[in-house]
Amino acid sequence: MPEVNLVEAVNLALARALEDDDKVVVLGEDVGINGGVFRATDGLSKRFGSERIIDTPLSEGLIAGMSVGMAASGLRPVAEIQFMGFVYPALDQIGCHASRLRNRTRARLTCPMVLRAPYGGGVHAPEHHSESIEAMFAHIPGLRVVIPSSPQRAYGLLLSAIRDPDPVVFFEPKRLYRSTTENVKDNGIALPLDKAFVLRPGTDITLVTWGAMVQETQLAAKQLAEIDIQAEIIDMATLSPFDPSDILASVKKTGRCVIIHEAVRNCGFGAEIAATIAEQAMMSLLAPIKRITGPDTVVPLARLESKFMPDVNAIVSGSKEMMEYA
Amino acid sequence: MVVKVNHGIAYHQYIDEAGKVVADLPDSARQTKDLIPLYKAITLTRAFDEKAVALQRTGRLGTFASSLGQEAVGVGIASAMHDNDVLLPSFREQSAMLWRGVTMTELLLYWGGDERGSDFQITRHDFPICVPVASHFPHAVGVATALKLAKNKAVAVAVAGDGATSKGDFYEAMNAAGLWRLPTVFVITNNQWAISVPRAQQTAAETLAQKAIAAGIKGIQVDGNDVVAVHHVVSQALQRARNGEGASLIEAITYRLSDHTTADDASRYRNDKEVSKHWKQEPLRRLRNYLESKDAWHHEDEDALQAEISDQVEKAAQVYLETPAQPASSIFDYLFAKLPPALARQRSLVMKGDEPHA
Repeated sequence: MPEVNLVEAVNLALARALEDDDKVVVLGEDVGINGGVFRATDGLSKRFGSERIIDTPLSEGLIAGMSVGMAASGLRPVAEIQFMGFVYPALDQIGCHASRLRNRTRARLTCPMVLRAPYGGGVHAPEHHSESIEAMFAHIPGLRVVIPSSPQRAYGLLLSAIRDPDPVVFFEPKRLYRSTTENVKDNGIALPLDKAFVLRPGTDITLVTWGAMVQETQLAAKQLAEIDIQAEIIDMATLSPFDPSDILASVKKTGRCVIIHEAVRNCGFGAEIAATIAEQAMMSLLAPIKRITGPDTVVPLARLESKFMPDVNAIVSGSKEMMEYA
Repeated sequence: MVVKVNHGIAYHQYIDEAGKVVADLPDSARQTKDLIPLYKAITLTRAFDEKAVALQRTGRLGTFASSLGQEAVGVGIASAMHDNDVLLPSFREQSAMLWRGVTMTELLLYWGGDERGSDFQITRHDFPICVPVASHFPHAVGVATALKLAKNKAVAVAVAGDGATSKGDFYEAMNAAGLWRLPTVFVITNNQWAISVPRAQQTAAETLAQKAIAAGIKGIQVDGNDVVAVHHVVSQALQRARNGEGASLIEAITYRLSDHTTADDASRYRNDKEVSKHWKQEPLRRLRNYLESKDAWHHEDEDALQAEISDQVEKAAQVYLETPAQPASSIFDYLFAKLPPALARQRSLVMKGDEPHA
């Protein structure tokens, strides 16, 4: 069992998928000999050849669009967009085609593609390199939006995404790429999509989060435990299609919910979670639903980045505030 | 100063607007009997379009895009393709689609608001109509990449209008197809109008075909109202693609004699004088003139064809009109291979006739 970080786990999953299924191809900018700017595709070109590990022109719309054509022709493309900040041209293809092809042809043509992109802030990256726009994708029917938050979940969820018969966007929290390592079992076993993960059981308050905020939330839960507040942590993992069952079960138990995401608040995915709790578990609530998110601003450049990102302190104090009700 | 690169754009025409032969006919057109199916296909498309517009005007079809005047482009393309080639059409390619085996009933279902119209029963591997302009050109690159990887000799053929040449997708797709020498043929049906914006306001480029040069692929211009010429240049482009000689861009020059769609009124932006001029160049009459001049087509042939086509079109329309709508549950049933549990509740609410948010 290798001790690997999240980006190495992505690499392991890609290699495993390429090994298992010769229909799997990897494409994107610098994914070949360079192994990707984050090294997610390191060594794959050498091992699987340039026909299957395709260095594309600098052309995000093309990368997504040709993936649609490849997927409809029987391949299993795994495309990389170098940073989420550059995904907008690809959004056109995802929203207009990838997510709709099965439906509009009554399943005559399908689109089993994965679009990967590192996302989120916290690494002092340049402009356009720190966005979290997962909610834009979650608004698209017919598309899966998956976000891992640990090396093992990155491995298992990426395998699922590649094997899934429908399009998946897979957003990797780059802040976690190298922050922790884990013994990842490279056994080809996938983790379920469309399902949240309860990372820590608790009875007092439900903390719902995903991506890089999982780590902050776990640290916050430790601090809360020191003052006898037992937080239950739910890692969404699949934002869309949205399965609220774990969240609702947890909120019915704890009566309190704090939602943490680094994306801006307005129409962030936290709003959907809050609305669903209000619709389906309102009577269980002992306190208002709280959102701890990035403010509704452009992600600041590195010097002020820490003012934008929610942190452990904000989660701890927000949770304590909710405990003061009832 | 040294001229580093010198490119030219060839223009192909064999049968002029009067139906006269103006260049040595290619082998595919030497026998008039080989042109009869092309003539019939153009005639069928014209009758189909007329019926579809009539259905729309009487409230029995949704918005529809007629291909009046540009039918020869699609017939020329499709008649040059092999069955295992892949057609990626825009929304005015009914003549190509009908030749490929898409049925008139399927086309009417599509424009009549039924997704089953894109579930082609015969050309299972062809792409559905693409509405967002030029966004299917990158798909052709992906299809061609898949064909090449599978060592399949088939070719991806994407078709769009002149407005499409102003979009990034158009350039990005051509660039990649050139780079990887992919088996791809891009066809631009230059019908002079992108809704109300004329060709002259679309680009300062002298030809649209020359846009191929920057992508390193072959660019060719053809009289799109001369079905012989379209068939020939597309055949050659397909052959080059099959031989591993790379992609082509073909600009087929034609004219949209109809409104953009049934929701458009072209008299707001162009005058009758211009349209009348182009009626003299349309593809149907010139081919008929040519065939008649060769004693290969007669009044009685025309009468028989019109009767046969009228019958086919009416029957197709009848099947469309008698096809009941899909059940409401179908809006969920093709979203994913397996309906996620999260959507099951919404599905059951829709089936009960409730609002999804109730």
